[in-house]
Amino acid sequence: MAYNYDKFLRLEKMPTLWCWGCGDGVILKAVIRAIEKCGWKQDDVVVVSGIGCSGRFSSYVDFNTVHTTHGRTVAFATGIKMANPDKHVICVAGDGDALAIGGNHTIHACRRNIDINFIMINNFIYGLTNSQTSPTTPQGMWTVSQKAGNIDPTFDGCNLAIASGASFVGRETMLDPRKLEKLLVKGFQHRGFSFFDIMSNCHVNLGRKNKMLSAMENLDWIDKITAPINRYEKLSDEEKLNTFPTGVLKHDEKAREYCDMYEDIKAVHQKKRKVISQDDFEKKI
Amino acid sequence: METREIISTGNDLAAIAAVDAGCKFFGGYPITPSSEVMHTISDLLPAADGVCIQMEDEIAGVASAIGAAMSGVRSMTATSGPGMSLKAENLGLAQMAEVPLVVVDVMRGGPSTGLPTRVSQGDVRQARNPSHGDYRSITLCAGSLAECYTEVVRAFNLADRFMQPVIVLTDETIGHMHGKAIVPTVEEVKKGIVPRKRFDGKPEDYFPYECGGDEPAVLNPMFQGYRYHFTGLHHDRRGFPTEEIETCRKLIQRLEDKVMNHTDELELNEEFMVDDLEENDVLVIAYGSVSLAAKEAIRHLREDGIKAGLFRPITLWPSPAKRIKHFTDKIKNVLCVELNIRQYTEEVERVSSRLDIEGLYKVNGRAISPFEIVNKVKEMI
Repeated sequence: MAYNYDKFLRLEKMPTLWCWGCGDGVILKAVIRAIEKCGWKQDDVVVVSGIGCSGRFSSYVDFNTVHTTHGRTVAFATGIKMANPDKHVICVAGDGDALAIGGNHTIHACRRNIDINFIMINNFIYGLTNSQTSPTTPQGMWTVSQKAGNIDPTFDGCNLAIASGASFVGRETMLDPRKLEKLLVKGFQHRGFSFFDIMSNCHVNLGRKNKMLSAMENLDWIDKITAPINRYEKLSDEEKLNTFPTGVLKHDEKAREYCDMYEDIKAVHQKKRKVISQDDFEKKI
Repeated sequence: METREIISTGNDLAAIAAVDAGCKFFGGYPITPSSEVMHTISDLLPAADGVCIQMEDEIAGVASAIGAAMSGVRSMTATSGPGMSLKAENLGLAQMAEVPLVVVDVMRGGPSTGLPTRVSQGDVRQARNPSHGDYRSITLCAGSLAECYTEVVRAFNLADRFMQPVIVLTDETIGHMHGKAIVPTVEEVKKGIVPRKRFDGKPEDYFPYECGGDEPAVLNPMFQGYRYHFTGLHHDRRGFPTEEIETCRKLIQRLEDKVMNHTDELELNEEFMVDDLEENDVLVIAYGSVSLAAKEAIRHLREDGIKAGLFRPITLWPSPAKRIKHFTDKIKNVLCVELNIRQYTEEVERVSSRLDIEGLYKVNGRAISPFEIVNKVKEMI
């Protein structure tokens, strides 16, 4: 029997505002399946989204939901998580949300390693607002704000997350929903900051002007520019330059989670332990 | 009311008041001259099983505080002018989504980086409308050390009553002033706590934004079976985005009316030596730390045989329009004293329909002395 999503959807909000053939719905369904696989109760989950097509994600799913300002998704989520450390927090942001206007928040949420699951839906363009350049738009592509061709170097969200200290970093595309679900489950179950770069198509506002007229052509391109991490490792440097590795790119189970560490601060102020010192940390500088 | 004595600074008193009022979350970013609020609350909150987090910037500070408040806890941030400018957008979201929050703004010289370590009242006009769009800001202004405590407590109760951010303005002078404050005991504060309303019926009957035309939203805490939606977009009775014409109109009108139809619950003024004032006497209007100098000036003026009194709004926005008009209709010589240029004077002009309101302004980061006020009054009459 086909999976029944109804319990987790706000059916009265259907159909979604997303364009015909958009990949965001596939990601939404994978997130729902992953939440159910984790056994999380609907009431214990909060989904926080930003602005853009991905921002509408939160209004379609029947959890506690928050639609925030542009780029600030994870800052709001940090407040929710710190005040409710036993609840499950999922952020959904676009590539512009996560890497442009909200880049600073993304960096520092990764660095704190707070137990938030941060899903970046990466469609390589500002889709909702008609094709402006995003931090992930490939160089040379047409955008409405760079009609002569985009000259801005492309940003790799996973590299940023790894460098910033996120303890779980993974990438998948909406081309393989089962793999995507598996990655999400792994990240959701990980205690610490989980960053997901989930590639999706925007044939309407990226593809149309960049020789990918249909959803299928856009997806073929995503397929071409990605390779599972084990295959990616064997590529030449030249091939690696134009390929994004998919799968789990980082999984550090030893890094301490921020809410857990904050319990130490509470313990100090409640006189249950001595003050925190450098001796408490392996890395001292 | 039972009181106690605390010897401390204005900034510390604001932090102590927050924790006594049941605040469980503080998100902030260091900024002179407000940082001591965070320094102190970073000790007090974890001791009280709350959380204080220093975020990566001012925007994240207020965003985290709003996030915590959305989940149902009493929450606060503190900042100064440049930080208010950065927080403005998210304060707009809290107005639109009706999220209670307390924002302490310890004013310093502006515009821009201004005079970071010196006093000003330059954020008064900004506090009225930090963010774009139509809504009514509630802004309180502490005029003494004790009020750094009592106004923060009042701000928490008003935020939960009106379901929106409440700004508490203090300034560098009062934030860093050290002295004795007589404040209510913790038990008195706890007794006075009015928690936000909640809905206890069936989840399917719950419509958080369906309320009387001038009543605030009823937002239950998260994770308790009432799943609804927060958004900064125009929204329907369950919080979901809509562009339906009547729903949009009603929502924004309600944001206006929920405050403006209930100004009696907000208004708080101090009237100092005004009872005997007649037409040809002098009314000084001042607020915040300036009112301390104004009171001393009035005592000196009275010694010199000049009858003067002080009207001090403690709730600056919405302004005590009727009360101001009551005095400006009666008394000819009205002097506004501010550490800015005409920011509240313009409001006094508006509500009094008078364009002959005198002003004494200072914008060089220094306090106004009582004698400057005395001299100005003597010039006037």
